[in-house]
Amino acid sequence: MHPAFSVVFFTTATGAGYGLLALLGVLGGAQIIPPDFWLGFIGMGLALGLIAAGLLSSTGHLGRPERAWRAFSQWRSSWLSREGVASVATFVPAGLFCIGWVFFDRTGGWVAIAGLLAAIGAIVTVCTTGMIYASLKPIAQWHSRYTLPAYLIFSAMTGSVLLNALLQGFALGSRMLLAASMLLTLLGWGWKLATWRYNDALEIATNANTATGLVGGTVRSLEWPHTEENYLLKEMGFRIARKHSARLRQITQVLAFALPVLLLAATLALPWPFAAVLSVLAAIAQLSGMLVERWLFFAEAKHTVSLYYGR
Amino acid sequence: MTCLPSQGGKKLGLVIDLDTCVGCQACATACKEWNTGGHMAPLTDIDPYGGTVDGVWFNRVHAYEHTTEMGGRTVNFPRSCLHCETPACVTVCPTGASYKRASDGIVLIDEDKCIGCKLCSWACPYGAREFDTDVGVMKKCTLCVDRIYNDNLTEEDRVPACVAACPTSARHFGDLGDPRSAVSQLVAERGGVDLMPELGYHPTNKYLPPRAHTRRAASVPAKALEPVRAEGGFLGWVDRMLSN
Amino acid sequence: MQGPPRGANSAPSQRPLADTRAPDEGDGVDTSPDISDSIAKTTCYMCACRCGIDVHIKDGKVRYINGNKDHPVNRGVICGKGSSGIMQHYSPARLKKPLLRTGPRGSGEFREIEWEEAFSIATERLSAIRRTDPKKLAFFTGRDQSQSLTGWWASQFGTPNFAAHGGFCSVNMAAGGLYTIGGSFWEFGEPDWDNTRYFMLFGVAEDHDSNPIKIGLGKLKARGAKVVSINPCRTGYNAIADDWIGIRPGTDGLFVFALIHELLKAGRVDLDYLLRYTNAHVLVIQEPGAADDGLFVRDDTRNPLAWDRVAKTPVSATDASAKPALTGSYTVDGRRCTPVFQLIADRYLDESYAPDAVAGRCGIPADTIRRIAAELAHVAFEQTIELPVAWTDWAGRRHQTIKGRPVSMHAMRGISAHSNGFHTCRAIHLLQVLLGTVDVPGGFRFKPPYPRSAPPGPKPSGRTIKPMTPLDGMPLGFVCGPDDLLVDEAGTPTRIDKAYSWDAPLAAHGLMHTVIRNAWASDPYPIDTLMMYMSNMAWNSSMNTVETIAMLTDHDEAGNYKIPFIIYSDAYYSETVPFADLVLPDTTYLERHDCISLLDRPISHADGPGDAIRHPVVEPDRDVRPFQSVLIELGARLGLPGFVDEDGSAKYGDYADYIVNHERTPGIGPLAGWRGKDGTSIGKGEINPDQLQRYIDNGGFWHHDFADDQRYYKMANRSYLDFAESMGFIPKAEPIVFQLYSEPLQRFRLAARGHGRVLPPQGDRQRIETYMDPLPFWYTPFEEAAVDLEKYPLHALTQRPMHMYHSWGSQNAWLRQITSQNRLFVHHRTGASLGLVDDDWVWIESINGRVKGQIKLVDGVNESTVWTWNAIGKRRGSWGLKDGAAESTRGFLLNHIIGDQTTADANGKRYSNSDPVTGQAAWFDLRVRIVKCAAEEAGFTEPQFERFQQPPHFEPSPQKLTFGAEFRRAREAAE
Repeated sequence: MHPAFSVVFFTTATGAGYGLLALLGVLGGAQIIPPDFWLGFIGMGLALGLIAAGLLSSTGHLGRPERAWRAFSQWRSSWLSREGVASVATFVPAGLFCIGWVFFDRTGGWVAIAGLLAAIGAIVTVCTTGMIYASLKPIAQWHSRYTLPAYLIFSAMTGSVLLNALLQGFALGSRMLLAASMLLTLLGWGWKLATWRYNDALEIATNANTATGLVGGTVRSLEWPHTEENYLLKEMGFRIARKHSARLRQITQVLAFALPVLLLAATLALPWPFAAVLSVLAAIAQLSGMLVERWLFFAEAKHTVSLYYGR
Repeated sequence: MTCLPSQGGKKLGLVIDLDTCVGCQACATACKEWNTGGHMAPLTDIDPYGGTVDGVWFNRVHAYEHTTEMGGRTVNFPRSCLHCETPACVTVCPTGASYKRASDGIVLIDEDKCIGCKLCSWACPYGAREFDTDVGVMKKCTLCVDRIYNDNLTEEDRVPACVAACPTSARHFGDLGDPRSAVSQLVAERGGVDLMPELGYHPTNKYLPPRAHTRRAASVPAKALEPVRAEGGFLGWVDRMLSN
Repeated sequence: MQGPPRGANSAPSQRPLADTRAPDEGDGVDTSPDISDSIAKTTCYMCACRCGIDVHIKDGKVRYINGNKDHPVNRGVICGKGSSGIMQHYSPARLKKPLLRTGPRGSGEFREIEWEEAFSIATERLSAIRRTDPKKLAFFTGRDQSQSLTGWWASQFGTPNFAAHGGFCSVNMAAGGLYTIGGSFWEFGEPDWDNTRYFMLFGVAEDHDSNPIKIGLGKLKARGAKVVSINPCRTGYNAIADDWIGIRPGTDGLFVFALIHELLKAGRVDLDYLLRYTNAHVLVIQEPGAADDGLFVRDDTRNPLAWDRVAKTPVSATDASAKPALTGSYTVDGRRCTPVFQLIADRYLDESYAPDAVAGRCGIPADTIRRIAAELAHVAFEQTIELPVAWTDWAGRRHQTIKGRPVSMHAMRGISAHSNGFHTCRAIHLLQVLLGTVDVPGGFRFKPPYPRSAPPGPKPSGRTIKPMTPLDGMPLGFVCGPDDLLVDEAGTPTRIDKAYSWDAPLAAHGLMHTVIRNAWASDPYPIDTLMMYMSNMAWNSSMNTVETIAMLTDHDEAGNYKIPFIIYSDAYYSETVPFADLVLPDTTYLERHDCISLLDRPISHADGPGDAIRHPVVEPDRDVRPFQSVLIELGARLGLPGFVDEDGSAKYGDYADYIVNHERTPGIGPLAGWRGKDGTSIGKGEINPDQLQRYIDNGGFWHHDFADDQRYYKMANRSYLDFAESMGFIPKAEPIVFQLYSEPLQRFRLAARGHGRVLPPQGDRQRIETYMDPLPFWYTPFEEAAVDLEKYPLHALTQRPMHMYHSWGSQNAWLRQITSQNRLFVHHRTGASLGLVDDDWVWIESINGRVKGQIKLVDGVNESTVWTWNAIGKRRGSWGLKDGAAESTRGFLLNHIIGDQTTADANGKRYSNSDPVTGQAAWFDLRVRIVKCAAEEAGFTEPQFERFQQPPHFEPSPQKLTFGAEFRRAREAAE
């Protein structure tokens, strides 16, 4: 699949944003994180900013963005529509929570409920995003039991690392959160490795034989129906060299997982402001790494239509 | 409405005979020609005379080499929308632009509702949908919905353009939901198959497999030739035949 | 539905729904949009197939083109090209106005001129030629389909230098058949698609004639008849064969002889058929050294004789009551002689033609050859069919049924485009005739006006060329011996293309592919003006393109072009336009009148004759004129006898006027339908001023259906022959005798042995002796025989993709999307042995040069053969293509490395790279090697040529095409 930047950025940013939102909603509402205007302002700004930027970016993928509102209508069948509905719906409790927690320094009560609802909305939204991909049968690498958890884990992971950086920045770092961020990052790493392993060993029932209905033996593409690349090849015929892919997997592992874990581990041992700097670095590294991971998520996904082209 | 309609009996579709298709591209260009002025007009061509030409087509003809222990064959393979019974391209559509008609099973796009998110083309395993970048909406085979019921065409012309054009009679059209229809019987007789049945989209269109190197292949029960046994060999035989 | 279903695609599974009322879906879809304001029925011209088309016109534009269901050629179907006619018609490469060259030839620098100026330039030039030496005009018309006009024009002008493109297309197929059975494949005949049970297809890619073959194959497939293809490449029609025989190029003749060998040996030939319809029983003089050795024994009235084996006396070969011998040796009037059949048996029973002897050369296992022979015999003799129709033969014998042997064959360019193609074509006809399958139910059938006598009557004219004097006949015809050649005392050719000379005695279609070289070399003489129409001679229609381009632009010592003046007519800015001094822009096929005439290349089918017209269905939006009308006006301005009335005024206003009012002989004109004042005559009749309208009213064509008893055995069918005479197809209702042994060829042989009045120059005698064999034989193609096979181990072939075959069209915006780059197809094992993988860039090298392209490895090709799609490569600046177009950056033209001449013989003479009998261009003799190119050489094709300038007022081609959007806008606005 063609790794369009708009979609790569969209899923990465909203994943992190919803992760952060969910954590702030729960922890802030429950006063585990104390209300603090600047902390809240920056935290909620970051979460909602990432979400908004991601959603905005996703409309860049649309041929007719001015009709985007129509996407809310088919929630009964379409995960994309559900994602639209959930993402917009989440803004309501998130907004209320933001007002109560950030501007009125309120916790508990309706703010806690709003925070909780925002967290649920965030999780639901991330689930719908994951399901958009997980439901696509023509793409075996996506249509697997690894996809939905991956979206949730990566959302929680990037959210927690971001939250840690935020709290460390305000010198409010908690060992619990640090540990959770590290654990989630390790979990993400493990999940990604398992996913890759699963995908690399994937025996896909759909092949050139079933695609053409020609039984047995080999089916080789002799000639395409067109000389130059068409929409199908540009959108779904993306190919990545094995070498290139291996290199990017290494970069993903270093940036998204290894480096953040190391930095976070060092954070445990270091005082503010060093802890803060390292935490922010960990977040930056992880988000960059996740962009690479998401790019690979598309690039390594093979659509069945490529079978018709001998790819 | 992108929920699938409760199925009526009718499943209109095509049957494509791979045993007979010579790969002449007539169906592909006849389709392009009809449809570029038809229901989804135009089928835009970007850079039509340049090095990156990319046009919208509803029907594409591939060529493959199929090699088995029985031998090899070149197979020409037209590919277009299969008007599946359970088309994910419809259910993934967030706007209701993509829909399956309850009355005849044709899968269509309502262009006015399409936001160009392209998800339907991701959901279609067959590559049946092509995006028109010029107008930002998805386009696809309409099964010539503007021909098959068209009062402005003589009745005999109310078949899809590709079926009317096909010079080798390799394309057939009808109601595959009716087991007594001519197309259903053709499929039964020739062992017609679904493409990617394992994905469970239940395509309506069927493909008739090539017959060479199969038990359906044309054959001649000829015995090996033996030299004539007449005296004087062949010439003796000629003389004898003439004197009979 | 009203009436029985019409058209080819009318099986129950191809018909409309039982109820075509739109269901009430409620989705707002307009299921009944208005398609057209009017439908014009005319004839397609996207290739030479000439299908009937319905052109739907909406708001003055072409909305849609579909096949005409009533048309005898295509019966409603339409091919990939026909369906893309819109893009051809609206091409940005269309010429807009007459052009006069301003820059150097080949630059593309022109200025626009008015038609009046164009006419006066041409008239002045041509009348000077006509006043002095008319042969200094060479008029070659390429893919013309109006040769009865253009040839007649040349004849009226007085130049013998006229031909169309047949010489480089498929004259071997035409001549091989016409000299053997008085007909041939393609326009001359077709398989009995409805009855045949075993079909053999030799050397046919997409080929003549396009849709009828496809419709026919569809019928065979629907019936489960067996299709056997003999072709080095497994594409297209060959892909769907039940049996693909991947033969080595140029060896089809050997394969066919091996089949004949097997059939003879097993006594599986139809002796009765041979006796009735062929010259198998005719006696041939066997006296080596005699002046008539190898000619037929004839009586005082020049009638060939046979030997009556019962009466033991010579007897007229056409005596229906005789009992002729087919074997033996006899003495008649003191001359030793033997029947033709004995010679056939002697030759083909020879072990050198046994399957085991030819298997290696052909690349076909001997067992496969034996199996095919057995299958042929089985179907021909065990599955005979009989139609319950009584008929009478030429001798008055009544037959209660029509018997048939359901084996049929078709062959085309893969056979003919070799230097041994003529004899291979004859071999295939010999095979059909031995099986008794020509014009029988289930066999190969003639299309009227064929069969004609073998060979047909008219001889080429050009013996006397005088200023201001027409020729005494048409420039092209059929020679029957050296006396008919167009050569002078010294053997020097009369014609610029050397047709009908010792170089190419049976050159029935001329040799267009030699004209540029010969004119450039003043060999046999210099010309003044080369006038061409619709043939891309500076590119894909020429062999040896690079040198050909150099010849077109070469100067003499005085600085003048060696070919002094070039007039060219084309509708598009092709690669040849920039080489013209004067360009006459033609219309597209939807803007013109044409006639597809029985005098020319008819569209008949085996069940009856037919012809057709084109008529303008849209108005030109440019200052262009149909070439035929231009030619008629030019003829009038020059005062050519047939083109002016007695008072010197123009006889015909335009081509449409000519089509209706011209009579070639009294009562016979270009169109056969609706003749006579009231339009009730067919074939012969008075001029009918309403004729064109009658054609238009009938859908653009005329077709006559034979009575049931006229449909088969046309070579000997009384009722058919009488009809053919009445139509003027044949001069007399006499049977047509298949010439298995060709006496005309033997006459050339005798000349080579020094007998006769017209003798070949010494240097040509061995060649004439060898190749003018009266019985078909096989020899190694010339290039294969001449080159080092270790160095050039591969055959290289081309074929046109089906969606472009015989069309003029890389500028077609739709078709070019399908193929804008051609690859060289190489067998996997061959590729592996050369260390090549898919997409590698290679040099393809021959003795004539090298060209660079990209490869694709395949299974379905003969291992010693590589091939590519032809004429995909285009020159930058032509056809309205942009500079980055794959056609000029990655597509290549194999023509660059196909020599236009043979290697020098012992006397240092180089002949045209052609069949020595007919002059057919030997495109497929090419031998090559492939070499992986260096890394820095990959990614682009070579040779590259300078970009052509664009003509004045040429808009750059559009960045985007939204054809059809306007129809939708209009629809939606109306709602």
